[in-house]
Amino acid sequence: MEKKEEGVKLLGFWISPFSRRVEMALKLKGVPYQYLEEDLPKKSSLLLELNPVHKKVPVLVHNNKILCESLVILEYIDQTWSNNPILPQDPYQKAMARFWAKFVDEQILPVGFMTLVKAEKSIEVAIEETQELITFLEKEITGKDFFGGKTIGFLDMVAGSMIPFCLARAWECMGIDMISEEKFPGLNRWIKNLNEVEIVRECIPPKEKHIERMNKIIEKTKSA
Amino acid sequence: MASDQVKLIGAWASPFVMRPRIALNLKSVPYEFLQETFGSKSELLLKSNPVHKKIPVLLHADKPVCESNIIVEYIDETWSSSGPSILPSHPYDRAMARFWAAYIDEKWFVSLRSIQTAEGEEEKKAVLAQVDEGTAILEKAFIDCSKGKPFFNGDHIGYLDIAFGCFLGWLRVTELAAGHKLLDETKTPSLSKWADRFCDDPAVKPVMPDTAKLAEFAQKIFAKPQP
Repeated sequence: MEKKEEGVKLLGFWISPFSRRVEMALKLKGVPYQYLEEDLPKKSSLLLELNPVHKKVPVLVHNNKILCESLVILEYIDQTWSNNPILPQDPYQKAMARFWAKFVDEQILPVGFMTLVKAEKSIEVAIEETQELITFLEKEITGKDFFGGKTIGFLDMVAGSMIPFCLARAWECMGIDMISEEKFPGLNRWIKNLNEVEIVRECIPPKEKHIERMNKIIEKTKSA
Repeated sequence: MASDQVKLIGAWASPFVMRPRIALNLKSVPYEFLQETFGSKSELLLKSNPVHKKIPVLLHADKPVCESNIIVEYIDETWSSSGPSILPSHPYDRAMARFWAAYIDEKWFVSLRSIQTAEGEEEKKAVLAQVDEGTAILEKAFIDCSKGKPFFNGDHIGYLDIAFGCFLGWLRVTELAAGHKLLDETKTPSLSKWADRFCDDPAVKPVMPDTAKLAEFAQKIFAKPQP
């Protein structure tokens, strides 16, 4: 009989928010796993073999089954290990969590990073557009400790890995106060709450090293 | 409650709108179809989907659900005791279905759509080659997912069949316009047969747009202004 906890490997990258959110999920469920760090941008032959379609991290291997795409992996983890549920039970709440997660990755990330860094528009316009998007999340978090309610859930892991512990570092490098306490009191409170959760703290890339690397990424993106 | 009123904001030509329509048909859920006029967005749409202002939007007891694949999952979970399961039950099969659905939207469809904007023969050829490459990957995915059964989902159409099958109308229009077969018996034998089976499914037939009508519509919306 297949033991659930056996053979869980995660191919990740220390500054990838996509990789970090999967670690949060595994830690929340108490699933032991072997972590294999990719030395990006160099892609190992293992990564290319496991994810030939996208050639990206994270990749989860569970009992020799290969899973790619962080949101797909999070749902898989939630379905496979039923303790500490990540997604809400109610179908409507579940749909909302999935909707906002997609929004974070497909709207906030490109606008909050690419548009800002590439500076095709003025920096003020780019900041305004990013803040407009973030305002949607501010509305969602108002009155709640976490997006998931009293404890962290799917959207906390997706938005948490992306915004305070990735994009905010890029914004710091660029000298931008994107999520001011004044404009986004709910999100600021949420970030403080996140910082108090042990499994989240364990998945935050070390700040100094991260800022140093982020500066290089920003330079590279500007000149690309 | 599952018995509350269901409305769907959409348009007949949109493949994304087709997805929840097929799902609602599979679950035998009656719904009111609110057709958007091409070129304008209704008050209801803007109110129900302020983030993206796009169709489809499902309104269940006036609560909006947006993003086609998310709506399909919502339908499957809400009317779980009605009709066949749309998502596979095994976590790994479910993950594969979601993975390929994301690939279809983020890579395959993006390249299909860019055939319209390709300028000149060289660029068109390059884009078509890219779509062919993607379709070949999906041919293999079909063999892996179906495991010898008629559909991606097995015996009945499911999430991934719907996610890909909704594009068949536009795929055929593109084949005609570009003079290039994207799905055929030699290049993609399994998908070719699957496509016929999918279009024949009783949940799909009533909502699959007629290719000629779609081609006429495409001419209208992609018409380049005369110099």
